[in-house]
Amino acid sequence: MTSFLLNGQRVQVGAQDAHLSLLQFLRERGLTGTKEGCAEGECGACAVVLLRRDARGLLRYEPVNSCLLLTGSVVDHEVLTVEGVADAGRLHPVQSAMVELGGSQCGYCTPGFVMSLFAEYYRPDRVGYDPEAISGNLCRCTGYRPIRAVAEALGTPDGADPRQRRLQLAPPALGSVSLEGARSFHRPCSLDEVFAMLERRPDIAITSGGSDLVVEMNQRHRRFDAVLSLENVTELRGMAWTADSLRIGASNTLTELEPVIAGKVPILEQMLPLFSSRLVRNRATLGGNLGTASPIGDSPPALLALDASLELVSAAATRRVPLADFFLGYRKTALAPGELIAAVLIPLPLPEVQRFYKVSKRVLDDISTVAAGFSLRRGTDGRVESARLAYGGVAATPVRAHAAEDALVGRPFDDEAEARVRPLLEGAFAPLDDHRGSADYRRAMVVELFSKFRFDTSAQLT
Amino acid sequence: MTVLGKAIAHESARGHVTGSALYTNDLLPRRGGAAYAWPVTVPHARARITAVDTAAALAAPGVLLVLGAGDVPGENELGPSRRDEPLFPSEVQFFGQAVAWVIAETEEAAKLAAGRVVVDVEPLPAVLSIEQGIAEESYLTEPLFMRRGDAEAALAAAPRRVSGELFVGGQEHVYLETNAALAEIDDSGHMLVHSSTQHPSETQEIVARVLGVSRNRVVVQALRMGGAFGGKEVQANAWAAVAAIAALKLGRPVGVRLDRHHDMTLTGKRHPFLARFEVGFDDDGRILGAKVELFADGGWCLDLTEPIVYRAMFHIDNCYRIPAITVMGRGVRTNKTSQTAFRGFGGPQGMVVIEDILDRIARTLELPPRLVRERNFYREGDETHYGQPVRDAARIERIWSALLRSSSYDTRRAEIERFNATSPHAKRGIAITPVKFGISFTATFYNQAGALVIVYADGSVQVNHGGTEMGQGLHTKMMQVAAHTLGVRLDQVRAMPTRTDKVPNTSATAASSGSDLNGAAVKRACESIRSNLAEVAAAELAVPACTVVFEDGQVFPRDEPSRALDFSALARKAYLARVPLFSSGYYRTPEIHFDKATGTGKPFHYFAYGAAVTEVEVDRFTGAYSFRRVDILHDVGDSLSPLVDLGQVEGGFIQGLGWLTLEECVWDARGRFATSGLSTYKLPGLGECPLELNVALLEKATEPGVVYGSKAVGEPPLMLAISAREALRDAVAQFGSGGIIELGCPSTPETVYFAIRERTEAAGGARRAAE
Repeated sequence: MTSFLLNGQRVQVGAQDAHLSLLQFLRERGLTGTKEGCAEGECGACAVVLLRRDARGLLRYEPVNSCLLLTGSVVDHEVLTVEGVADAGRLHPVQSAMVELGGSQCGYCTPGFVMSLFAEYYRPDRVGYDPEAISGNLCRCTGYRPIRAVAEALGTPDGADPRQRRLQLAPPALGSVSLEGARSFHRPCSLDEVFAMLERRPDIAITSGGSDLVVEMNQRHRRFDAVLSLENVTELRGMAWTADSLRIGASNTLTELEPVIAGKVPILEQMLPLFSSRLVRNRATLGGNLGTASPIGDSPPALLALDASLELVSAAATRRVPLADFFLGYRKTALAPGELIAAVLIPLPLPEVQRFYKVSKRVLDDISTVAAGFSLRRGTDGRVESARLAYGGVAATPVRAHAAEDALVGRPFDDEAEARVRPLLEGAFAPLDDHRGSADYRRAMVVELFSKFRFDTSAQLT
Repeated sequence: MTVLGKAIAHESARGHVTGSALYTNDLLPRRGGAAYAWPVTVPHARARITAVDTAAALAAPGVLLVLGAGDVPGENELGPSRRDEPLFPSEVQFFGQAVAWVIAETEEAAKLAAGRVVVDVEPLPAVLSIEQGIAEESYLTEPLFMRRGDAEAALAAAPRRVSGELFVGGQEHVYLETNAALAEIDDSGHMLVHSSTQHPSETQEIVARVLGVSRNRVVVQALRMGGAFGGKEVQANAWAAVAAIAALKLGRPVGVRLDRHHDMTLTGKRHPFLARFEVGFDDDGRILGAKVELFADGGWCLDLTEPIVYRAMFHIDNCYRIPAITVMGRGVRTNKTSQTAFRGFGGPQGMVVIEDILDRIARTLELPPRLVRERNFYREGDETHYGQPVRDAARIERIWSALLRSSSYDTRRAEIERFNATSPHAKRGIAITPVKFGISFTATFYNQAGALVIVYADGSVQVNHGGTEMGQGLHTKMMQVAAHTLGVRLDQVRAMPTRTDKVPNTSATAASSGSDLNGAAVKRACESIRSNLAEVAAAELAVPACTVVFEDGQVFPRDEPSRALDFSALARKAYLARVPLFSSGYYRTPEIHFDKATGTGKPFHYFAYGAAVTEVEVDRFTGAYSFRRVDILHDVGDSLSPLVDLGQVEGGFIQGLGWLTLEECVWDARGRFATSGLSTYKLPGLGECPLELNVALLEKATEPGVVYGSKAVGEPPLMLAISAREALRDAVAQFGSGGIIELGCPSTPETVYFAIRERTEAAGGARRAAE
């Protein structure tokens, strides 16, 4: 039987349910505390928590947007909704704090905040609060100050708290899911299963975290006969540092990546907090962000600056493709039919100087107008040996400014270099006008972000 | 002792945090046999409909009906004042307008079938901007005027003049709960509509109109809203009408819920405005005369555009004395969503214009903007440009000087200058701006309210009133007013869902007036019941009725608290003694009037005041900015409910901050609203909340003539955010040197970037010229 645990009760999932978002599934069952605010992962009103292991193997509550989560994906999981948080009618501490400190006005965003704060309350070895914890929840009434006050005043769960005790036990075991019907859903555990499925249904829609595919379903009303979710494929998960590279599994979530690169890869450390929100990063993967090949994805400029390459797998072979050769055109990649991204490989040693910039209207939880990843390697004499200037949002694909990169090589990175390179960047790309920003602004940002890079690193480089 | 004026939680807070508080759309899965609606929309800004083919949609699984004009039993018309708003149009008036509705067994079926309705159209030329509307004389209103003194003569005589133009952008409401309605035939066979509406009586009127029945056949209930901000004042009616027509036809409950995309493309926004102005002033920066034209982009139908233009005109003075002024306002008709009420209702747009003007004056004279503002303040005895005395004008100075002190304005100004001197690419700016906002509906007849308060024989209380709860804490305040007036504990009082069969002919909960109007009505109803109960208590306690005190659920002689009766016991005795335990209460705001012909009158019962100081830091490379600190001092009179009021002030400020900074409404060349989702339209998130936000409520601020000395608080704080816009301008001014700074509105990072670049290039040019 396919089922999951919903607020402690076992709930069956049939093939007819698998393509519903968990949000729809919950609401149709009368669990209407979970709200739809946008159906595209921007507002967090639909947040629920799943019980999951983090990258260090510690069990924790992980808040996710239920609007972007296919019900098929939660099979075998333990899910808590806002209705399941209070203990026998007694409000949970985060609920009482929201009541007492004026954290709700209209109340519509409140369940989502409660779930994000609930997860934060139990986060293993939490010290203080992480502003990221509520960065994916929008409130239109309060202006956030009282909700921030709730987050700042979070207490510590005691050992007798049943929610805390649950974290000491085994995680839910996730098996293979195969739901066949008018609309089918498959969540295999191994690559063998994946390739068997791809052979049987070459046209199957592929997803991992769902944060792209389900937006297509919700916003553009696309419907698929069959969906293949790679989120739980063993071979696509796992992150490891080796002597010559950092390997990141295509299906690892961005949240899982955070502790792995913390203190080690500055450009990713700078990029990840700006990548959507915690609620999305708990599901979204690098494999998905690269595979969808959006020109405004956040990870490509950073990964291009690191000279990352991709490991692509098919039933027949495994091959390596530099990321710089992966994007062929607008939403077109070097992936052959039947081929998947298995991992991202970042070569070591890392460049000495790295910076990520994102220009957007909102600081957190926004899509970039322009993003840039910059890196430099310098020789012992201080001269630039290689430079990477990578951009998103200025062309049909993520791109590098090769002429400008070349012009930096062999000389010191100084005022003169900046003055020489700025004109090369000025006409380097022909970006578009759209609702996020004008072409003029984007063109200006190509140059100005480079100058900002120069200014921000000048202390480090002298 | 009393609960009045105590900081208590929102009455539904427990329901909010547990998910048990229900909203209109949450009722659907609880109704057996409900059907779902989805709109059929047309992707043209203007087009004549030549044919609609519903065959394929009707053949789709689960489809019950495709509603069109022919299905309307009554009048196919939604317009609340002018009949210019067909529910099912024959000519498409804006991009994405709904021309038919699919009703199906499930939302999924309705959604997929809507794409199978084929609408043939003949595209027509459209008006897509204010400028185009002016050029083509496409208007919704006549030119409206207010005049004081001889503006022409004052301008001619003034030693200094500036003129200019400012475009002020619109704003999407983004209430988290999108529009929703559920219509069902009640057990007596009549229409019951649950609606997320700020104006149940008008929703009732429109539903009755489209059904062709009298209003007593229709009941509208507004349980609570997940935010509204003016967006559900008029524009909730259409969805209720669609649901009601379908429910009547099918004989089963029908729900309409707009998804976010539909909510953003079908419903109106805050009006974008184009202002043109010429101002004369002296060398000290005192305004001597002004001519201002305000054009509002009203969209395709009248809606509330006329009173919104009026409110912009009423607030063109903000806190400043303008001895001679002519202000003209006009609504422009464009092929866009019908722009509508949004917190502030035109007032913010007017106020942004005068604050922009004052900054231009200051920079022309190279005086601190703060000083120029002070010099122009109203003083006691002054009148506005529409002839209303500015009562309590001294509060402007009182708030101003207290806030300058509490925010350490002068010290921080000096610190900022030190920071800027050593920081070439990041600059800080600071600004203080005031707010004066007129309280009352400017349509005088709306300034009335009713209540129905019921005490049961066990001493428990139900409060019904005409106001709706949208998160602003109105029910909380009404419960506090009732508990205090009846002298019972808060837990003895229950606020009932707003229903048109409890209190009829109500006004919209809007214009910040909800607690003023309904509070007075609730108070009167409670006083009437209390006076009945006092007679019973007087007989029981053998003291004169005038000496009986009601407090905290106890009733006792003034001088002998120990001889207390329990309120519940008293209610029981009153019932047995055949004394009525319920009462209506009614209130109308006294002494307000306005004459459109002369543009003069006393449209407002009083003014609400406040001021804010905002400090920002701006990055030259990108134009990105952060809000470092905000200090606010705001006048709410004697607060009925301080936690609620604090929430209104903070929330209003951040909402205003969003309007003036991030929130950019973009219509593309085809008239399509391009920012139609939360991935493209950015309202403030946690990251925009200033790191330090200090809010204080003005003390000793009792407002005579308003319920328990309180003041309205819904809208005025939004305009405190103008300080953030002016702080951004101050930071831009730190790059380069001198002169007027044109700053687009909203001041997105892109806008700020180009403002800085213009300034640095001008300074560079000047330097090169000097060399």
